[in-house]
Amino acid sequence: MRKTASLIVSLILVLAPGVAYCQPPDSIFRTDRVNALILVLVFSTAILLYTRWARQGRPLFLRKIPGLAAVEEAVGRATEMGRPVLFVPGIDELDQIETIAGVSILGRVAKITAQYDTPLSVPVRYPLVYAAAQEVVEQSYIEVGKRDSYDKDIVRYVAGEQFAFTANVNGYMMRERPATNIYMGAFFAESLLLAETGNAAGSIQIAGTAKPEQLPFFIAACDYTLMGEELYAASAYLSHEPLMLGGLKGQDFIKLLIVVCIILGVVLVTFNLGDTFLSWFKAV
Amino acid sequence: MRTAAPVAVAFLSGVILVISFFFNEEKTVVGGLSQELLNWVIIVGGFTLLLGMVSIIRVNWAAVQRRKENWIYRLFTLIAIFAAAIPSLLPPSWSPLFGRAEGSIYDWLFVYLQAPMMATMFATLAFYIASAAYRAFRARSADATLLLITATLVMLWRVPMGEAFLNLFPGDVPNIINDYIMNGANLAVQRGIIIGAALGAASMSLRIILGIERTYMGKG
Repeated sequence: MRKTASLIVSLILVLAPGVAYCQPPDSIFRTDRVNALILVLVFSTAILLYTRWARQGRPLFLRKIPGLAAVEEAVGRATEMGRPVLFVPGIDELDQIETIAGVSILGRVAKITAQYDTPLSVPVRYPLVYAAAQEVVEQSYIEVGKRDSYDKDIVRYVAGEQFAFTANVNGYMMRERPATNIYMGAFFAESLLLAETGNAAGSIQIAGTAKPEQLPFFIAACDYTLMGEELYAASAYLSHEPLMLGGLKGQDFIKLLIVVCIILGVVLVTFNLGDTFLSWFKAV
Repeated sequence: MRTAAPVAVAFLSGVILVISFFFNEEKTVVGGLSQELLNWVIIVGGFTLLLGMVSIIRVNWAAVQRRKENWIYRLFTLIAIFAAAIPSLLPPSWSPLFGRAEGSIYDWLFVYLQAPMMATMFATLAFYIASAAYRAFRARSADATLLLITATLVMLWRVPMGEAFLNLFPGDVPNIINDYIMNGANLAVQRGIIIGAALGAASMSLRIILGIERTYMGKG
């Protein structure tokens, strides 16, 4: 059974590049994307398998992410100082996965602020994000039994323009002096404007983004920075739910597969044998 | 129902988008569904704009009513919202000052107030970069010193005076070093982060589609 499965997988992997270049112009199925389909299937299988193992109770090791471990401590500091926590879920639309990751982390942070009765402020740039963030914060307050503490102006729509939004948030930081600033999501040119102002205001700052070009700014100005995949892992990491942690382990497995492919590709290209191998990844 | 309906919508939307990626959008209905769904997002986003407006007005009006600290600025915000919105909504046939065409009040406010203010905000970034660079490049340890040397070399290469200075060195050594830093070490790290982030995004998408991840609804 296992031999048949590996034979089928090998056949697909060998034939896929050939199929990819035989794309008839009026084809219904995009055969030039077969490689991507294979990757999607392998990736989904890995995540589902690890999720299943997690459900069966297998122990899963996750390395410590200091930025996430510091979230509760940073909210605790705000509580002790009697100052608010500022959470910015990025400045992109809700159809961006980084924003969804930011909103997911907001749910966790809102639960902690609700438990400690710490004021929370969530400025947003897009109305769709406003609606989603409001729902998440309200749900978090309800889940910890603090429905009465929930204020619908915790989440506030600020401005649709990037720098108008930044000016407002910077003004808030300098006036209210929040003890903790958390930036999680997609950030662009305003990343350093926000982080430096927060630094000048004396706040503890935790940032997370998947935009590599903004990471140096956050690293320079924030106390903790979640880089790339750590942002997406945050909600699973903070939840401690085996089901969600299983997804992270599946992701690690695919990463290992990619590392193996890169090493193999380097060796093959070095010996001028890599053309066929590289063509497998064109549609991916 | 409060959880089941969003999970079902997320599942259906995700599955449709994934399937449509593999079908020819010109030959099949399924292939064109992804664009259709993205159009829906724009329409839903348009409706929620009203929510945003209500939020701005409610938050600022409450502060003005209670005479909170700096309430006068909040009053200006409210005046600005209505001063920009009302003339832009009125039909241009009534007056050339209405609507959003060139010469209208809305256009004047955008060109002479909003755009320069945004440009000013962006320009202040230079000062923020200077203060952040000062903190990041202080040679406190061996690592920080290495970062300082690397950054100085790369920055020198990006200004005409620095380039002229580096060209004084014999051969092409500074250029090779700069090229190695930017297209070697820097690019390799960036690619590593990008690959990790792409996998993280795909993994999170899958968790959402399958209903494993519900934290975006405040659940779990």
